[in-house]
Amino acid sequence: MWSLSKISGLIDHWLNGKLGSGWASVAEMVIVGLCVIGLFAILGLVLVLMERKVSAWMQIRLGPNRVGPKGLLQSLADTLKLLVKEGLTPDGADKFLFNLAPFVAMIAAMLLMAPIAFAKDFQIWDVNIGVLYITAISSISVIGILMAGWSSNNKYSLLGAMRSGAQIVSYELSAGLSILSIVVLTGSLKVSDIIAAQQNGWWIFKGHVPALIAFVIFIIAATAETNRAPFDLAEAESELTAGFHTEYSGMKFALFFLAEYVNVFIVCAIGATLFLGGWMPFHIGSWEGFNHIMDYIPSSIWFFGKTFFLIFLIMWFRWTFPRLRIDQLLNLEWKYLLPIGMVNIILVTIVAIKGWHF
Amino acid sequence: MIEELGTTEQGELVINIGPQHPATHGVLHLVVTLNGETIRKVEPHLGYIHRSIEKMCESLSYRQFIYTTSRMDYLSSHINNHACALCVENGIQVEIPERAQVIRVLMDELTRIASHLLWWGAMAMDVGAITPFFYAFREREMINDIMEETCGARLTMNYMVPGGVMMDIHPNFQRRVKELLLQFKHKLPEYHELVTDNVIFQSRTKGVGYLSADDAVSYGTSGPTARGSGVPCDIRKLYPYDVYSKLEFSECLAKEGDTFARYLVRMNELEQSIRIVEQLIDNIPEGDFQAKTKAVLKLPKGEFYQRVETARGEFGVYMISEGAMQPYRIKFRSPGFSNLSALDHMARGAKIGDLVAIMGSLDLVIPDIDR
Repeated sequence: MWSLSKISGLIDHWLNGKLGSGWASVAEMVIVGLCVIGLFAILGLVLVLMERKVSAWMQIRLGPNRVGPKGLLQSLADTLKLLVKEGLTPDGADKFLFNLAPFVAMIAAMLLMAPIAFAKDFQIWDVNIGVLYITAISSISVIGILMAGWSSNNKYSLLGAMRSGAQIVSYELSAGLSILSIVVLTGSLKVSDIIAAQQNGWWIFKGHVPALIAFVIFIIAATAETNRAPFDLAEAESELTAGFHTEYSGMKFALFFLAEYVNVFIVCAIGATLFLGGWMPFHIGSWEGFNHIMDYIPSSIWFFGKTFFLIFLIMWFRWTFPRLRIDQLLNLEWKYLLPIGMVNIILVTIVAIKGWHF
Repeated sequence: MIEELGTTEQGELVINIGPQHPATHGVLHLVVTLNGETIRKVEPHLGYIHRSIEKMCESLSYRQFIYTTSRMDYLSSHINNHACALCVENGIQVEIPERAQVIRVLMDELTRIASHLLWWGAMAMDVGAITPFFYAFREREMINDIMEETCGARLTMNYMVPGGVMMDIHPNFQRRVKELLLQFKHKLPEYHELVTDNVIFQSRTKGVGYLSADDAVSYGTSGPTARGSGVPCDIRKLYPYDVYSKLEFSECLAKEGDTFARYLVRMNELEQSIRIVEQLIDNIPEGDFQAKTKAVLKLPKGEFYQRVETARGEFGVYMISEGAMQPYRIKFRSPGFSNLSALDHMARGAKIGDLVAIMGSLDLVIPDIDR
């Protein structure tokens, strides 16, 4: 119903006419890059505010309510403060790596935006190995964290980075397996194909119990991969003060902070795309009227609604659960989630082969 | 001076936890030797908040020195004051009116509830759950308001004086305490639901920081720390003071000796404190709130000792009098100091995360350790 392809087509046509195909694609890349940076900044502001409001709501507080109407400009004020703050580099630090690390973390988060379909026909790069690309790029973010921890010349940072390395590398397996189960059901790695396959029902409903198990594992693994509580061991503030970013200040710290929130958005967006149908509206079998009404809601609202629901879920975890210990964290992955994930993928394969899914 | 430590000869990592650290709840400095994440040794360094209170007491009169003790264990200042008042009363041989005794015990138990509430929030925060802290403060705030109304202060009350209490209770006192009890009894199951029954919390605390009954005795631990190991040591039961001998309450004990056992002991103590307050709140006898005492107190020559049960354990006041207006020497036996000494024993072989949980279960108040 609603499609943004007309607008993007119009811009593409106009640029091609003006600049010729070569320069036009360069110009398009620049535009897309600026859009991603803009989205990155806005997401950071919105998510930080959302986190503070959600936590306040759960902790019988009011949360930020002074800057701007209902405290809406609070995160803007915080950003301003961080921007004008001095970005210290400790004396003993490896200066090059120390300053590079926040950018690595941020670039990894930015690259992950490429294959995500924000609305119908609104996707930066519908690459045919989309899901594989996502799993590959998401592993890069751990390099940024390890770099930061190693180069800070601080024992807390080092411990935090080592924890984070062990954690992200192990939980990637579970996340990968649960993503794979959807790939098996769809038969394609392409993001647009996965969404198209959910036209008559989302995978979480269509895929029976195995899809549900995969979804639960994915949410747990996603929480762990983004270093969020109860898996926030890399920055466990009561143990390691601030973990890998103990020595960072000013905008360099803000980049880590932003990267964390954007990573949360991205894993939730991936979860929404794979299991909850991305921008696909909610359809029930043959209820024509109902399906029609659902179609009237713009696809971007469906996508962001689902994503923010998952983000809320992850925030809910953070403000409810205590933190796991490092050995319990790895036990959970290697002794429970991974074996369950492996059995589950066999179940999913059986479901897919027999065609038991709807 | 503490030398700059990096790694030991065996390649073990030495890190300083504190004096400024989110988990130490004060200026405690722990030098922790690590092998990866496993703790080899914990060495507490004290002295960052030493105010030489014991020495100060020697130049203050018997009425004045009590106020300094509010600044030691600031979470149970009533109980500290109570111990000192009792000790001085021993010396001057004065009979305390029944009303004053009941008010004192009521205040003690309210303080114990407030202190345990703060501990509960801090313990949950140490293991990574931030939200319980705010729930605990909701109820603690009510107690602070009650204290403010009656004593005029919220933290360092200085309410107990030799001979009784400083002033009578506020007319609103009984009503507000009943309101508190009503809300608190309603919220306590919520606390258990949120933290005690949480799978992650249990796996973080069960079997962690084991302290056997023998070790608990030999390290001199007291209070919930020792009772978590099954050592009965409640001073209110063993050496009752004021009206405790007439009250019905049970000593909370656990056998396991781990962090979770200590946690449960404290949670059960909350219920016992409620029980005591419930028994007393409607039965405050009429009469004087303070016995008649001389303006200038002089204790006879000799030694005096009084012990009470604070929220953290056994608090003792040892006083030597030479017959002057000031004590000749005062020594405080603080529960936190002995409890902290067992930390190294409990934490060896555990992970860094465990160290924080164990410290939380000891309920350390640093100004109490460093007087």
